[in-house]
Amino acid sequence: MLNNIDLKGMRIAVTGGTSGLGLALVRNLAASRARVAFVARRAQLVERVSRETNACGIVGDVGLKEDVHAMALEIAWNLSGLDVLINNASSLGPTPLKLLADTECEELQEALAVNVLGPFRLTKALFGALAASAREGRGAVVINISSDAAISAYPGWGAYGAAKAALTHMTAIWAEEAKDEGVRFLSLDPGDMNTPLHALAVPDADPATLKRPEDAAQEIVLSMLAALRENAPLALSPSA
Amino acid sequence: MTAADRIDRRFAKLLVADADGAISHLPRAALASLFRPGDLVVANDAATLPASLQGVHRSTGEPIEARLAGWLSFRDPLRFVAIAFGAGDHRVPTEDRCPPSPLSAGDQLEFGPLVASVECLLNHPRLVHIGFAGSPASVVRGLARHGRPIQYAHVPERLRLWDVWTKIAAEPIAFEAPSAAFALDWRTLERWRDRGVNFAALSHAAGLSSTGDADLDRRLPFDEFYRIPHSCAAAIEAAKSRSGRVIAIGTSVVRALESAANADGTVRAGEGRASGRIARGAPLRVVDAMLTGVHQPGESHYELLRAFTDDGVLDHVRAAVEERDYRAHEFGDSLLIERQAA
Repeated sequence: MLNNIDLKGMRIAVTGGTSGLGLALVRNLAASRARVAFVARRAQLVERVSRETNACGIVGDVGLKEDVHAMALEIAWNLSGLDVLINNASSLGPTPLKLLADTECEELQEALAVNVLGPFRLTKALFGALAASAREGRGAVVINISSDAAISAYPGWGAYGAAKAALTHMTAIWAEEAKDEGVRFLSLDPGDMNTPLHALAVPDADPATLKRPEDAAQEIVLSMLAALRENAPLALSPSA
Repeated sequence: MTAADRIDRRFAKLLVADADGAISHLPRAALASLFRPGDLVVANDAATLPASLQGVHRSTGEPIEARLAGWLSFRDPLRFVAIAFGAGDHRVPTEDRCPPSPLSAGDQLEFGPLVASVECLLNHPRLVHIGFAGSPASVVRGLARHGRPIQYAHVPERLRLWDVWTKIAAEPIAFEAPSAAFALDWRTLERWRDRGVNFAALSHAAGLSSTGDADLDRRLPFDEFYRIPHSCAAAIEAAKSRSGRVIAIGTSVVRALESAANADGTVRAGEGRASGRIARGAPLRVVDAMLTGVHQPGESHYELLRAFTDDGVLDHVRAAVEERDYRAHEFGDSLLIERQAA
């Protein structure tokens, strides 16, 4: 177990689980004995991470409507329900980053499909499972990975920033609406991390100035546990 | 599903037959304002598997459709009870479907990425046990990609998973949608909560409603597995202790609760298997009212209504349903039947 956190039996799904923050989350959660299912697009990488972590790997693209329900079915079946959903998969939109006036409509659409519609569809498809977990006293949390680009207007980050802003606001509304069902919604900004996504956006960034995804993953796990404890008296507590 | 069906669902009708047999008609949206503080609504939160598999009977090369109809062992996706059809799909009424090529134990069936073998026939050329090759996760993946929801000729458009998952759908264990729960949405649950009407759910692996074969239909429903969470059993006990009514959303909830009933009207939490039909004269220990679809005499669902109320009331219900043009299919209108006062 990493950091003495025991998540034994907790059922957690992570999208975008084969690189960057998602991969760090899958490794962290699996090492803490959670039952983990993760989703990513490339079968070979899914297979590799699945072998390494023993987590259940699911091949699919959250940006594709056709994939999302199949994904939800595999998640809910493999984990026999769901306690925590982490919508981590993200798309930068056009890379290299473009000014909005240079951005094709289709590029914005693609960023919205992965960063907003995908999490919306997957959360909606799994909301019944999450609410069931809450009713059974296990607690239920949805974590949507956000960014400071959702708040600050960084030139060149138009498609990504607009999509993350939409996701962040959707998370805030869903948090209000789902409160009485016992499902918590968190929007978490992990900060600038040394990940493939960041390298795509800012190729000349100095990795030494960037956060390690493992550290960001650990902070997210702690936020997740705090949210579960707040909501569910019966939720598993860390043995730390 | 057609756009018209989606619109219709919002304007669905609800017939209420109360404990005295009096009948009233409401828009189904009025469901949110029914029931009393302290009552408990129990729904089936099973999500629906894409349980119709189109494929090929390997030794003859003939097309075959298998409709998974029941678990042999609860949640083991390697072995199922299945109903086999020959060429054709849901657009042909089930009663007109050709039989499959004659099946025998050991026959290999290919369904896209999945391979299954016939384990045995169950005294009927269409009714088999089948076993899939592969790991449980790979079989579920194959079902998720290749399977389609079971559907019938009255909806010609191909249904997708999102058409057959109810709003509350959780674990995918049902073979057909627990369709009474299509009447529920999160707004309705919120209104009930605001009014002190409680809500709980169980998971019941609802099987096929119809096979199109008279012999097989007489054998329905097959045994069905269910799981009643502790929170649901506790909610029922609490409702009973304050004289609240228990309202079941759908026949599957009635089957699960009455199968797990104790003599005092509480239920045992945990997994179980509901077998046999509930019909006239069956004691209802737990459930005081049931929301269901419009069913025809002879169907097991209709027989279950007879446990709630007498034939006189049911005749009035049938007449009212015909007169007001209630829609009988799984995406249609609803009936709320209260258990007749003793």
